[in-house]
Amino acid sequence: MREIGIEELADIARGAGILGTGGGGDPYVGMLLAREAIRRHGPVTVVDIDEVPADATVVPISSMGAPTVLLEKLPSGREEINALRALEAVLGRRATHLVPIEIGGVNSMIPLAAAACTGLPIVDGDAMGRAFPEAQMVLPGLIGVRNSPMALADDKGNTIVVQAVDNVEAERIARAVCVERGCQISCADTVLRGDQLRDGLVPATLTLAENLGRVVRTARAEHRDPVAAARELLGGIHLSAGKVVDVERRTEGGFARGRARLEGEGAILELDFQNEHLLARRDGRVVATTPDLICVLDTETGEPVTTESLRYGLRVTVLAAPCDPRWLTPAGLTLTGPRYFGYDLDHHPLTD
Amino acid sequence: MRIGIDVGGTNTDAALLGDDNRVLAGTKSPTTADVTSGVAAAVAALLAAPGADGRPTDPAAVDAVMIGTTHFLNALIEGERLARVAAVRLGLPATEALPPMVDWPERLRAVVGGGTYLCHGGREFDGRMISPLDPAELRRVAADISARGLRSIAISSVFSPAAAEDEVRAAQILTAELGDVHVSLSHEIGRVGLLARENATIVNASLRDLAEHIVDAFGAALAGAGIGAPFFISQNDGTLMDVAHARRYPVATFASGPTNSMRGAAFLSGLTDCAVVDVGGTTADVGILIGGFPREAAGESEAAGVRTNFRIPDVLSLGIGGGSLVAADGEVGPRSVGYRLTEQALVFGGDTLTATDLAVAAGAAEIGDPGAVAGVDRAFAERALARIAERLAETVDRMRTSAAPLPVVAVGGGSVLIPGGLPGFPDVRRPAHFDVANAVGAAIAQVGGEVDRVFKVPEGKRDQVLDTARAEAIRRAEEAGARVGTVRIVDIEEVPLAYLPGGATRIRIKAVGDLDLDRLGSPTPVYDAKNGIPTHA
Repeated sequence: MREIGIEELADIARGAGILGTGGGGDPYVGMLLAREAIRRHGPVTVVDIDEVPADATVVPISSMGAPTVLLEKLPSGREEINALRALEAVLGRRATHLVPIEIGGVNSMIPLAAAACTGLPIVDGDAMGRAFPEAQMVLPGLIGVRNSPMALADDKGNTIVVQAVDNVEAERIARAVCVERGCQISCADTVLRGDQLRDGLVPATLTLAENLGRVVRTARAEHRDPVAAARELLGGIHLSAGKVVDVERRTEGGFARGRARLEGEGAILELDFQNEHLLARRDGRVVATTPDLICVLDTETGEPVTTESLRYGLRVTVLAAPCDPRWLTPAGLTLTGPRYFGYDLDHHPLTD
Repeated sequence: MRIGIDVGGTNTDAALLGDDNRVLAGTKSPTTADVTSGVAAAVAALLAAPGADGRPTDPAAVDAVMIGTTHFLNALIEGERLARVAAVRLGLPATEALPPMVDWPERLRAVVGGGTYLCHGGREFDGRMISPLDPAELRRVAADISARGLRSIAISSVFSPAAAEDEVRAAQILTAELGDVHVSLSHEIGRVGLLARENATIVNASLRDLAEHIVDAFGAALAGAGIGAPFFISQNDGTLMDVAHARRYPVATFASGPTNSMRGAAFLSGLTDCAVVDVGGTTADVGILIGGFPREAAGESEAAGVRTNFRIPDVLSLGIGGGSLVAADGEVGPRSVGYRLTEQALVFGGDTLTATDLAVAAGAAEIGDPGAVAGVDRAFAERALARIAERLAETVDRMRTSAAPLPVVAVGGGSVLIPGGLPGFPDVRRPAHFDVANAVGAAIAQVGGEVDRVFKVPEGKRDQVLDTARAEAIRRAEEAGARVGTVRIVDIEEVPLAYLPGGATRIRIKAVGDLDLDRLGSPTPVYDAKNGIPTHA
């Protein structure tokens, strides 16, 4: 058990940005939300998976929507609590712990804000180990945990509880509600019992995000290479460093899809993304695929670069890091592998 | 003829350009504490300099004056001369978690924050109301603003870059109650991203009194020199705004210094793709020109610790300048004598060893009294200058994006510190009039128009939507005073709003063109506040 206060937030946000693999939104607004909540209510208690009682009711809290909208239509601050209370009313019991569903991006911060407001402890872990674009792409789905009942809350105080026939249907319904409610809602769903956490979560990812943010910051302060520091901590490989020479974007099915081209080190690196980076090709040859983490960092500062901020002339380094091994099982790849995203190819094992 | 003036922290530079854009004369004078007497002195010296015919310039022959100034940015950095601001935000029940100024440094919030008000209003991304604007609520806000004695108001509203009407209506209600107050509206100041846009709007509101004062003082200084021509102020993106606009949008000048020096360097050297090293009195700024325009920094920018979303040139600053202090081991900077260079440097009869003294001692420059540095060891001076060149070369190297040969243009008065060029960069040029490059940059400034909105882009209609937006940006540049036919699109950015169906896409297009001097004298001024230079949609 430990506490997260205001001092830790910047490192966690930076690390979470890197683990967001280009998506998950810029955690800046999330960091401010967590900071203000902690300023008002005090620090957040963090517990390891091992410390959670077997019969605990652990509720993942997240926000769903467009990162650009979150930057503009800031939350009221009551959305997460409203979603949580609506879920509890249907469950007939109170949550004992909160947890991030997604460590990558802004969803690392939203549950910290909710934990500060409710006084509930937060579990050090998450259901993805990165960011993914769709709500059913969570490890609990692999052990048969349903995401319904799924409670959704908007900024105006409205809530809705989705009881869907399966996880993908719940995602579709939630997405439609999200758009109708101005593209920014909060969600409480995928309720886990304490004894399901080992199988349903990637452990210690809040700590990982904090460590990642810290090594980048200290490397920069000590004039060492911040990108190399991030790569070492993630056990990742260097794919390429260079300059963004082209970014092509299109909107498909409610997602920001596109391709970025990077020129450097005598090669062309192409990145395909759907909110998150899905695929990297060097000179036409696939070198990394989802669900492994494809992270784009500012070469100079080591700061994460989101797909939305990718643009011509940026100097970036692209890393690939191994995902949680459960994503590489047949069931895991069905949910998150290249074929799910419409590519006619298998997951590419990471090699130097 | 046109005059460009750059009011820097150390020097006020001025350049006189002919109608054919040739640089006819350039002068440097020290910046003065009141700013304006420095401007008056610079202009007087410029006009007195013998022209092509050997005679002084007739002030009546000046068609326009362009002024770049860091005065407003410095006011924010120093936290002085700022007005207290009432920050009114429309968006309830959304946005309440993060009230205005939530991410400001404590010190500056204490100086600028006069009162923050969360009110109903604002729009969803697609233009629907978040909640109806509540006139009674705004009248209560007005009463509180009045009770607190606040005279400058910043109004922000959710998604106002896409739907500005709530901000406009709130301004009408507040001014109807409060009478003669300054109102700054966020949709006129920044782009999508509420906190950053609102921050810039609050900063702008806090500078409004100062802007009136400075603009009046510039006008008086020019009138004192016999110049009746209109004058303009440089903006961040290298374009100009007229006087009425400058009074209302002082925050738009924040990054004009580096922009002017880089564009001036491009103009003087004839290069469009190069690195620019601008060595001033206190700092050396290194930037990269691509296609004649400064490369812009990625992401959000900060001014005095306040996060804004201006696009600013990507510049690395080093604490090396002509006024830098020299340590016993020969390292220079970051401390500097600043604008007191001409009193405190050895060559000017002072008693402080500065980087300028090193250049004179090494025989690299003839400035002031060379006899005053007879006691400075020449080998020491040369070693120190070599070290300066090394540090600048490292900085240029950090900024470059490829190993391809990169020409470097050295400008600014302090560039005499690098007489031998930069190690690793064989092509270092110091063009004529290098010492007043930023004043030249101000004089050749352009006018621009911009569109930044969320568009609905139906399947298969992307080209059509983009064409509409392009035409609107060009029309805005022409309305702002650009010569028809010279306007070109310099930047297009499309960001689909991720995770959403329906093709909602944020499109940002910037167009710039040459200032149409023929229209300056037209009876209906094109530079009035209403049609002024709309940098934002």
